[in-house]
Amino acid sequence: MAAVTADQTAQAADRPQGADEVLEAAFDAAVAADERIEPRDWMPDAYRASLVRQMAQHAHSEIIGMQPEANWISRAPSLRRKAILMAKVQDEAGHGLYLYSAAETLGTGREELLDKLHAGRQRYSSIFNYPTLTWADVGAIGWLVDGAAITNQVPLCRCSYGPYARAMVRICKEESFHQRQGYELLLTLSRGTPAQREMAQDAVNRWWWPSLMMFGPPDDASAHSAQSMAWKIKRHSNDELRQRFVDICVPQAEALGLTLPDPDIRWNEERGQHDFGTIDWKEFQEVLKGNGPCNEQRLGQRRRAHEEGAWVRDAAAAYAEKHTAPAHAAPRTAAGNGEATA
Amino acid sequence: MSAALALGDDALVLSHRLGEWAGHAPVLEEEVALANIALDLLGQARILLSLAGDEDELAYLREERAFRNVQLVEQPNGDFAHTIARQLYFSAYQRLLYEQLASGEGAFAGLAAKAVKEVAYHQDHAEHWTLRLGDGTDESHDRMQRAVDGLWRFTGELFEPVEGVDIDWQALRSGWLESVPAVLERATLTLPTGPQSGAWTAGAGRQGIHTEPFGRMIAEMQHLHRSHPGASW
Amino acid sequence: MSSSTEWPLWEVFVRSRRGLSHTHAGSLHAPDAEMALRNARDLYTRRSEGVSIWVVPSAQVTASSPDEKDSFFEPAGDKPYRHPTFYEIPEGVKHL
Repeated sequence: MAAVTADQTAQAADRPQGADEVLEAAFDAAVAADERIEPRDWMPDAYRASLVRQMAQHAHSEIIGMQPEANWISRAPSLRRKAILMAKVQDEAGHGLYLYSAAETLGTGREELLDKLHAGRQRYSSIFNYPTLTWADVGAIGWLVDGAAITNQVPLCRCSYGPYARAMVRICKEESFHQRQGYELLLTLSRGTPAQREMAQDAVNRWWWPSLMMFGPPDDASAHSAQSMAWKIKRHSNDELRQRFVDICVPQAEALGLTLPDPDIRWNEERGQHDFGTIDWKEFQEVLKGNGPCNEQRLGQRRRAHEEGAWVRDAAAAYAEKHTAPAHAAPRTAAGNGEATA
Repeated sequence: MSAALALGDDALVLSHRLGEWAGHAPVLEEEVALANIALDLLGQARILLSLAGDEDELAYLREERAFRNVQLVEQPNGDFAHTIARQLYFSAYQRLLYEQLASGEGAFAGLAAKAVKEVAYHQDHAEHWTLRLGDGTDESHDRMQRAVDGLWRFTGELFEPVEGVDIDWQALRSGWLESVPAVLERATLTLPTGPQSGAWTAGAGRQGIHTEPFGRMIAEMQHLHRSHPGASW
Repeated sequence: MSSSTEWPLWEVFVRSRRGLSHTHAGSLHAPDAEMALRNARDLYTRRSEGVSIWVVPSAQVTASSPDEKDSFFEPAGDKPYRHPTFYEIPEGVKHL
């Protein structure tokens, strides 16, 4: 719960000297014992900052990630697909909400996080700076982008920070349909007309490499990885998860009848894993820096929606001010049947 | 089944318009709410169109003049106030319509019994927002007033009897004229005084006469499907 | 520019089915209680997860402090006589 944490810093300042070492030892012991850290527990400032950064980035990714798919809602080629896509994009808004809530348990409001996003001071996943050029891209996003996200997210269900882990449990459960619908969509195209098949292959060609980049830079170049692993915010390294994803995708691509655009993919008997080609990290860095195909467009739409919605949010706040009894009077509508106090 | 087409097209077209909000809503919570309404309507549309034929053929292969929805639902989203005004007018209509259908024994009774619960929630959503925008800030009040005024001339069409929909249309009209003005009043808004239909006869949408934005809307909606004749998706 | 007034935060409790108590599902923002209930319905029960919802302003929640953990919760730990397994009953005695 977010609001109850605000006094934490003040409390910490009152403590006698040396108390921090004791607290830190207790924190380390809890993490080592695989216990969850909860919002009001003492935690190192760097742990808190790292969590807020990661949860905010994750939440931003969910809501920016609505755009490339929402781009196709109005053109979905069947009513069934239209319903599925709308439900999926809606889930992403919901997942953004869960994650902003989790971040708010550390005392950082959603408005503040959104301001940072809009000002370009916090990031979202670079994958969403690529365009959705054809309908097949909706399938490729479901299969590859959501597939990569799930590979990343499943271990986060055991993240050391309780609210984040709980949000991820909920998200992973709900997302299980996202990947399947994408795969099914591509399968239908792959078995369809030559033009549909070509559309599917083209989408996989464009989304494969950016999906691999979603796991982040290689372990030896990842700034935050080691500390996050020690704190059990992260459970596996970037390269480990990327390898796992490649191994999962190769047979799935075969079943689809589509080719992954990497001539170097082959089974390595010795490692018991697939070898694969070299990722173009220069492209990754460029997109990260803001030079991707859609960076400005995505952030621009997000800012515009927020600014154009300001009068709506203000109106509802003004109405509440006029019509709500003081906050202490229990709202009649919620649990006013006396059950809450029973 | 011209009645199924009329009701189905209403639901389909409004769902499509609401879907256009995805990624543009004023606050995240409202992304979720608008999508819920759009999904309810799309579900209704699919059942209704399936009563009249193949849902996708009907949605994607008819020309503009063959659509039978009222002009109200095809009006562009405009600002959030316009969307809410459109929701207020239409959900009040749809609820009264489905309530009557649900209590009857016609072909739509089963569908209406389920849909009326969904629509009651849509109406609740629209009313709550009408109150908040109407009685919020000066700016929101002005925007909401403009919206209810601007869409008023599309409301007369709601009361034109649809062939094959066997209900008491007079009762629907008087029910609507009770509930909507009451909400506007509570929201400190002025009841629009203009005519409830334009220079052309009310009921035009049911005859396939639509407004200009509709042609663009279905061009976008149908383009991909029509580009691949005979393909499955 | 955007407004500075952020809607307050609400905690959401959902009863998943009749016979169970409400459990904490998460939180959300809403301008007032009525909208909080509706937002909660839209967000936390869109896969039929609930039959009843409570919303509580987050600011109204008073929580125990982790610093008081020992004095709050440890004293209960050495009172095994509160648990039925503390008592020995002769074999064959039923309905106890």
